[in-house]
Amino acid sequence: MSDTWAIEMERVNKWYGRFHVLKDASLKVAKGERIVICGPSGSGKSTLIRCINHLEEHQSGRILVEGHELTSNLRAIDEVRREVGMVFQQFNLFPHLTVLENCTLAQIWVRKRPKAEAEKTALELLERVRIVEQAKKYPGQLSGGQQQRVAIARALAMDPKIMLFDEPTSALDPEMIGEVLEVMVELAEEGMTMLVVTHEMGFARKVADRVVFMDYGRIVEEAPPAEFFENPKHERTKQFLSQILVGH
Amino acid sequence: MSDASLQREPPDRPWSALAVEWLREHLFSSWTNILLTILSIAFIAAVVPPALDWAVFSAVWSGETREACLGEGKGACWPYIAGRGGQLIYGFYDAVERWRVDIVYVVGAIGIAWLMIPRLPGKLWVGLAMVFAFPLLVYVLLSGGLFGLPIVPSSKWGGLLLTLIISLTGIVVSLPLGILLALGRQSELPVIRWLSIGFIEFVRGVPLIMILFMASNLMPLFLPSGWNPDKLLRALVAISLFSSAYMAEIVRGGLAAIPKGQREAAAALGLGYWRTTLLITMPQALKISLPSIVSSCISLFKDTSLISIMGFFDFLQVIKAGNSDPAWSTPNTAFTGYLFAALVYFAFCFGMSRYSAYLERTVGGGKVGTGKA
Ligand SMILES: Nc1ncnc2c1ncn2[C@@H]1O[C@H](COP(=O)(O)OP(=O)(O)OP(=O)(O)O)[C@@H](O)[C@H]1O
Ligand SMILES: [Mg+2]
Repeated sequence: MSDTWAIEMERVNKWYGRFHVLKDASLKVAKGERIVICGPSGSGKSTLIRCINHLEEHQSGRILVEGHELTSNLRAIDEVRREVGMVFQQFNLFPHLTVLENCTLAQIWVRKRPKAEAEKTALELLERVRIVEQAKKYPGQLSGGQQQRVAIARALAMDPKIMLFDEPTSALDPEMIGEVLEVMVELAEEGMTMLVVTHEMGFARKVADRVVFMDYGRIVEEAPPAEFFENPKHERTKQFLSQILVGH
Repeated sequence: MSDASLQREPPDRPWSALAVEWLREHLFSSWTNILLTILSIAFIAAVVPPALDWAVFSAVWSGETREACLGEGKGACWPYIAGRGGQLIYGFYDAVERWRVDIVYVVGAIGIAWLMIPRLPGKLWVGLAMVFAFPLLVYVLLSGGLFGLPIVPSSKWGGLLLTLIISLTGIVVSLPLGILLALGRQSELPVIRWLSIGFIEFVRGVPLIMILFMASNLMPLFLPSGWNPDKLLRALVAISLFSSAYMAEIVRGGLAAIPKGQREAAAALGLGYWRTTLLITMPQALKISLPSIVSSCISLFKDTSLISIMGFFDFLQVIKAGNSDPAWSTPNTAFTGYLFAALVYFAFCFGMSRYSAYLERTVGGGKVGTGKA
């Protein structure tokens, strides 16, 4: 069973104080599958994917990542974080380190790679996201799109099996969105397991195997993109799609 | 060819026009500004020339005894400072043993300069040596009792030597201790958190002079009899603990300014608490709080003069004692002494302040404290 699933979430519930953010969320993601998660603001998309690497703790239900069950046990959390990379809306690069150091730090301290090897890996990845010539600069000297590509390289440097993206392009100026999506499309084509929270429906159509729609903390609908866009089942989904597709 | 070369550039504006514009913008932009400008000029005209005259032009610069400084219309008596220079620098350290203090000064100056000059290599090792080996060297050299060095009790240390020992120890101890206290204050372990908060708030709520008073008079009452730590050691502990409470609050402020995305990104990469703190949050927090940290060091340096209440003769106290030395008694002696003290304190504090400004500009590239550009 757990050989085929990258992520298994079973009836996951989470509360912030008395506020019920995730309601019986169940989702299975196969290895190599690309999932796009969308839904209105505040519907719990970020919370859902942040539970997968335990940036948020769920209170009931089960989450298994590559067969490891997430408990509050620190070792289990470490185990899972090793397999999961994350890219944030605000990039969250380390501003006091150069681009290269951003990409080698965790390799050296968590993966225990020798510095030279870590730098080689980092440079290869920076090459892949087409930003290798900026390796010696500090994040503050780069544009938003460049920073986000560095953030992707930084996450990839840990050799994750799964990549989580939380609205990776929403903080970017329109002309920079393309360069980041391009990198993500390439990553998808290479077979990475990806969970992407985004409202870029073009991206969803192009690479997603399934689109998941969330509303009020519930997973309302999940379907392959063609079906999801052409033939949504739920009223809420139709409403959301009409809003978002007009906006684009 | 284009006719661009034929077009006349407008002539550069003359310097005089720029100067007039600057004056108008900065000194005479409004009626309040004009008033302030005039008042400031009047104040400077009234104070600076007489002060300068007293300290420099009418001052006595050479001579061996107080007689040189007596007489109508004479200003500062600088030979007095020269005559008592030994005590200012060494305190009451035995004259034949002063070479030991010299070594401490020279090694200390080289070590600190090495750390401050960016081009020099091996900062880590020099830094470690300065923090761990140097104090040991200072202690062995100055106290004596080993290697056939005669013992010089700490009650004889004084002057600039004592001021520097106390302030440097205070700085070197309070920074790491303050960092630990700041982390302790945010710890998830209640006991550690409460102890840190209690310590910080207690120390910050009490004047330094009282802590010194407790260290000198009350502490011996609490310690087991027969164990009577050196008075200087008690002063060092008191000053270091006092300063670390302030350092802790400064560092906490810096940590609070780090966006939470930094910790999340570190966690997502698999870095644990200590590595996140050591590699991600603390370096940024220290950079943000650098100006406040240096301010605290400057305060500490000046506050060392309070240890005179424990009976020590620090730099200021030695000056004060010298001012009433009958051999140099002139109408200008005391003023000269205090002016000199002020100049020395100023030189050290201004140096620290400039160095911090330099560090702010150069350390660790880019703006810290925001997740994005
Ligand atoms: N730390 C928190 N404490 C309390 N409530 C929170 C916290 N974080 C999020 N919430 C609430 O939980 C709900 C879901 O938040 P979440 O960030 O998962 O939404 P989202 O779907 O990602 O929305 P967006 O599109 O705006 O990013 C929101 O109503 C939010 O206000
Ligand atoms: Mg969100």
